[in-house]
Amino acid sequence: MSKSFFEGKKGIILAGIVVGVLAVLLVQSGNPKNMGMCIACFIRDIAGALGLHRAAVAQYIRPEIIGIVLGAALMALGSKEFGSKGGSSPLTRFVLGFFVMVGALMFLGCPLRMVLRLGGGDLNALLGLAGFVFGIMIGIYFLKKGFSLKRNYSLPALEGLAFPLIIIGLLVLLLAAPAFIFFSAEGPGSMHAAVWLALLAGLLVGIFAQKTRLCMVGGIRDLILFKDSHLLWGFIAIFLTVTIGNLAVGTYQLGFMDQPIAHNDGLWNFLGMTLVGWASILLGGCPLRQLIMAGEGSSDSAIAVLGMLVGAAFSHNFGLAASAAGPAANGKIAVVIGLVIVLVIAYLNIENVKIQKKGEMKVEAN
Amino acid sequence: MKQIDVRGLACPQPVIDTQQALNESPEGVDILVDSVTAKNNIERFVKLSGYQVDGEETADGALLLRVRR
Repeated sequence: MSKSFFEGKKGIILAGIVVGVLAVLLVQSGNPKNMGMCIACFIRDIAGALGLHRAAVAQYIRPEIIGIVLGAALMALGSKEFGSKGGSSPLTRFVLGFFVMVGALMFLGCPLRMVLRLGGGDLNALLGLAGFVFGIMIGIYFLKKGFSLKRNYSLPALEGLAFPLIIIGLLVLLLAAPAFIFFSAEGPGSMHAAVWLALLAGLLVGIFAQKTRLCMVGGIRDLILFKDSHLLWGFIAIFLTVTIGNLAVGTYQLGFMDQPIAHNDGLWNFLGMTLVGWASILLGGCPLRQLIMAGEGSSDSAIAVLGMLVGAAFSHNFGLAASAAGPAANGKIAVVIGLVIVLVIAYLNIENVKIQKKGEMKVEAN
Repeated sequence: MKQIDVRGLACPQPVIDTQQALNESPEGVDILVDSVTAKNNIERFVKLSGYQVDGEETADGALLLRVRR
């Protein structure tokens, strides 16, 4: 298939169908319901497996994440698109990644799982979607004002290869399963498809997402900002495929109540995804896209992913993460703090905002 | 011809900068890019806006996109 195929509308729709089919297949093969693929949940499980948090129900080295990064890295290396780049406000990206995770664990899913939940009939995800769109709109407001985390620069090859190499290290830990790695005996962390299947599915998602630049936040952003629906077709294709898939295998369950690994507090579903959408816009892509770019050699994206990993550890160590019972009190505080910090980041990185030595801020005319 | 440099900028800044440059210089703009993603996004955007585009590799491996009416 030619390069232009993947870059066109058919390519992005095919990528969406592939992700949707694999998501349904992975649930049929053992993954938790509506969680065939969830970048936030899976990074959270990896944090647990490494003992960075001790929530016994969320500990597993998810092969899907390994596959996605390696699939993207292989495609990028093969097409000479791989490039070691970084230095675009790394610590800011770490903080944004951290709060993407705090927001996602309030809602209980990244933007990809939000689409999977919608495709499973979970109407709570509609409030998540509304919040997500709202967060994206706030982010776009700052983009239009001149928000920028500034340029990245070419870096030594090892800098870009480091993240895929770390991921290979995770694969070794998964396969060797030494005693110091935690694997959940019960709960969502214990529910998973076979390692080879999950790894293969991840590789396919990584390959297709790298070629097509599939991005959950990009679809809605480009439609609002440029009236360009290209990326949104991927989003729509995932939703339709998963809806049809769930109906076909009998796992479609329409409603608000008793949805798998979800709660029905609409306000906090909304605000959690507002935080995810807003912080993702400032990062330049959704969690899936950050993984793909980290595989392509971007150490900025790798740092955003590490921010997500640490955010997941904090979320479980400090009782921030929501559960099926509902949001946690600490989590509500964390989401509000996250919104304030993201606001500060968004404002202070507007290109014509100068922080003066006296500490006062002044908006200069262009 | 107006020239902008979007090398190293994250999505969607290359396209926003292109949009701004075309507002200021509607007859066309030359754009220096260094990623396939930014190149594709800019091409899609300018074509939707009724422009034509062709590209030429520069000495340092970047790409110079010429956007014209």
